[in-house]
Amino acid sequence: MGYQARLRVWRGDSESGELRDYEVEAEEGEVVLDLLHRLQATRCPDLAVRWNCKAGKCGSCSAEVNGRPRLTCMTRMSLFDPDEVVTVTPMRTFPVIKDLVCDVSYNYVKAREVPAFTPPEGLEPGEYRMQQRDVERSQEFRKCIECFLCQDTCHVIRDHAENKEAFSGPRFLMRVAELEMHPLDDYAERGGDRPEESRGEHGLGMCNITKCCTDVCPEHIRITDNALIPLKERVADRRYDPILRFFRRKKE
Amino acid sequence: MAEIETHEYDVIVIGAGGAGLRAAIEARSRGMRTAILCKSLFGKAHTVMAEGGIAAAMGNVNSGDDWRVHFRDTMRGGKFLNNWRMAELHATEAPRRVWELETYGALFDRTPEGKISQRNFGGHEYPRLAHVGDRTGLELIRTLQQKVVSLQQRDRAEHGSYEAGLRVFAEFTVTDLLRDGDRMAGAVGYWRENGRFVRLTAPSVVLATGGIGKSFKVTSNSWEYTGDGHALALRAGARLINMEFVQFHPTGMVWPPSVKGILVTESVRGDGGVLRDSAGRRFMFDYVPEVFKASYADGPEEADRWYSDPDNNRRPPELLPRDEVARAINNEVKEGRGSPHGGVYLDVAGRLSTEEIMRRLPSMHHQFKELADVDITSQSMEVGPTCHYVMGGVEVDPDSAASAVPGLFAAGEVAGGMHGSNRLGGNSLSDLLVFGKRAGAGAADYVSGLERRPEVDPADVDEAVGAALAPFEVADARGAENPYAMQSELQQVMNRLVGIIRDGEEMCSALEQIAEIGQRAGRLAVPEGNRQFNPGWHLVLDVRNMLLVGECVAAAALRRTESRGGHTRDDHPRMDPNWRSRLLGCVLRDGAVEVSEQEQEPMRADLMRLFSREELEKYFTAEELAVEETASRTE
Ligand SMILES: Cc1cc2nc3c(=O)[nH]c(=O)nc-3n(C[C@H](O)[C@H](O)[C@H](O)COP(=O)(O)OP(=O)(O)OC[C@H]3O[C@@H](n4cnc5c(N)ncnc54)[C@H](O)[C@@H]3O)c2cc1C
Ligand code: SF4
Ligand code: SF4
Ligand code: FES
Repeated sequence: MGYQARLRVWRGDSESGELRDYEVEAEEGEVVLDLLHRLQATRCPDLAVRWNCKAGKCGSCSAEVNGRPRLTCMTRMSLFDPDEVVTVTPMRTFPVIKDLVCDVSYNYVKAREVPAFTPPEGLEPGEYRMQQRDVERSQEFRKCIECFLCQDTCHVIRDHAENKEAFSGPRFLMRVAELEMHPLDDYAERGGDRPEESRGEHGLGMCNITKCCTDVCPEHIRITDNALIPLKERVADRRYDPILRFFRRKKE
Repeated sequence: MAEIETHEYDVIVIGAGGAGLRAAIEARSRGMRTAILCKSLFGKAHTVMAEGGIAAAMGNVNSGDDWRVHFRDTMRGGKFLNNWRMAELHATEAPRRVWELETYGALFDRTPEGKISQRNFGGHEYPRLAHVGDRTGLELIRTLQQKVVSLQQRDRAEHGSYEAGLRVFAEFTVTDLLRDGDRMAGAVGYWRENGRFVRLTAPSVVLATGGIGKSFKVTSNSWEYTGDGHALALRAGARLINMEFVQFHPTGMVWPPSVKGILVTESVRGDGGVLRDSAGRRFMFDYVPEVFKASYADGPEEADRWYSDPDNNRRPPELLPRDEVARAINNEVKEGRGSPHGGVYLDVAGRLSTEEIMRRLPSMHHQFKELADVDITSQSMEVGPTCHYVMGGVEVDPDSAASAVPGLFAAGEVAGGMHGSNRLGGNSLSDLLVFGKRAGAGAADYVSGLERRPEVDPADVDEAVGAALAPFEVADARGAENPYAMQSELQQVMNRLVGIIRDGEEMCSALEQIAEIGQRAGRLAVPEGNRQFNPGWHLVLDVRNMLLVGECVAAAALRRTESRGGHTRDDHPRMDPNWRSRLLGCVLRDGAVEVSEQEQEPMRADLMRLFSREELEKYFTAEELAVEETASRTE
């Protein structure tokens, strides 16, 4: 039941570019990425697109389909009407390199600015004990495949490159939350304060909990409700009550 | 040659999967200035896709487990062709490597006592796979990636820059290794983004480039798996062993066509999933081979009891090693008992509650729902064999991961020997950690022991760059070959003629066709565009490697006249004990692949004694056992 699908793909580089129209054969069950590959193999051998797993596991194939941030390998063509023009553009928040490939180095810079897990003193490898219910909160965040779609969609940086310096984006604020909720992270015991840093160094205050990041996350991680809001609450607690902060930490 | 970007390191690690990252962490921890090079973005290597788990005999779920049991399972899975020293190191060191991940911040699923939980898998006697739902590879790679970052943070604190001692070159393809005489001197590669070439000089190189599965049409592997590391090693003078052994995973998706080959994790069977033919029959009971009869159930009642009482029942045959299950499915389909799209049924809905499935197999649920409109909590999956893993690879010294070329090391899927003729599920991720660490240490020791650092001959660099750019010159020539078409041609040949079931004549034909394609490969051209992120050009370079590696697989497979593990021949259907100790090695001589036989070192006596005489008789020749007996007596 193949049909001729109508694809409109952004072609160009950092200097200039345009949307170009293509008609591509679409077979039953295919996803947008399959059609991009068919274009490559038949008509546009130099079409630049990233991918790896083709199963929603690696987060390489991010782009915007009809303006919505999506994994192209998990976007079925059956979502669209056969006559509909399906427009594929690169993620808007990051500078374009070529066609659908953009420069996502911002994310790797931000990743490096979050202090790493601090292993607890006195526990040897093999001695770590944690309960399933205690690891589940951080495990949810560790499902992240780093597709950067949440970063792409967040309005704080989407059309405001000037905010990138001060704001790490939902993905990396969530990374702070993940470490903060890790049952054995010793960062606070060594004098660090992750919530406070998320406010100061990573710009948590700029997030106004619109939940757009949560909406586009292909892993269905509840970024805003489970990571960002609790982090904001912890910041608030600490700012108002340093003593409480001390006790909370001990209790946990 | 004009200006070329140049860097100098102590250790260059090619590959940012589990093996490469663990090697780099080790090398940096030992003070080496280290570079990690990878074709994709950082954190996207194949390792990210691993689902089921990491095998390590921690004994958290069944305290009967220990390294000896794991060693035995690994040798059995590989049909005793494994490098036994590697299998021994792997079994003894895997638990420590897994625990170490917790100190980097990993969060595995837990047992009620708060330890790392472990699940059942094919060929493993006890629940042994540490896991995080069915996204274990993601946890592994992210943890190692974050450990790399933490080392960079330390370097920044001490030396003022994140990249002072450990730098990641992402979306960077290595095209050639450089030598000074016969030893390693560095590598040449290019940035995929802009096509600019870079020269990296270093006395040691660790290959951690993964596998070759993209040479086959139906595969669970990504575009990265073009056998680059295998080809680089060959061209640098190293030897590949066991290339005839290719693992076809029994359960890949078969429908819709666009996802054909994508993996369905073995955890589905480990957690209770069963295989059925089109009439609903559990056919695996018909396929338990003689060597495994003692430990696998012969009927559904006993098999079902095993899940709750593993000590008093034999295991379900769905959990046989992968080669057995893949052949069984292949046969069912061939004999007309397959599903509509040419697979068989895998059912977990009848075995686990919806909640359990969602908890244990969330990403499988998502994958089938999104890609095939199948809800695995109520419907069966359609599955069939898919090319998954290559057991063959660079021959290395087990302890140091050193190849025969001084300064060249290899770890992970690109290294050969550890898994013998067939790898057990979960034994790859542990392999990456155990031998990744050893390779990092081996490279660091090698560099520390050097009296003189090697020098790079600029002419070699020019030549490498020239060869990589040549396909641009061919672009307008008549008779230019298209890389996409050629890749697909090769994939068909490999799948059809050197696939899961092989035959002498077919493999001869495969070799002829590969040679013929190879002839034309000289005219491979960049179809369009310039050096800026140009997949057409990238593929031209990949296809050259795929051809070389495809030839090794076919040539070695033709030579081995028996069936064993991931090598099954219709014309030689039996396993032959005389072949057990013989390995096939491939080297490149004057540009041609040369296959030769070599004897495997006899297994150490104390390791032999871990098996019963009865079992050994199934695999070893009478002479080998007689020698062993005299050795034991005189000990
Ligand atoms: C879908 C799937 C599921 C799996 N599940 C499991 C499981 O549950 N348990 C298990 O034990 N095993 C599993 N495996 C197998 C296991 O994941 C792989 O064997 C393993 O991850 C390979 O790791 P590696 O470090 O050797 O290479 P990879 O992780 O593949 O990394 C290779 C690296 O080399 C780089 N590279 C390659 N060529 C070049 C070049 N020319 N220049 C620069 N860089 C280069 C790549 O970019 C990449 O970074 C699975 C495999 C697949 C495909
Ligand atoms: S909730 Fe916050 S982080 Fe998420 S999109 Fe909105 S502003 Fe950005
Ligand atoms: S949180 Fe979700 S959307 Fe954001 S990078 Fe991770 S997986 Fe992608
Ligand atoms: S290709 Fe991996 S998520 Fe799409």
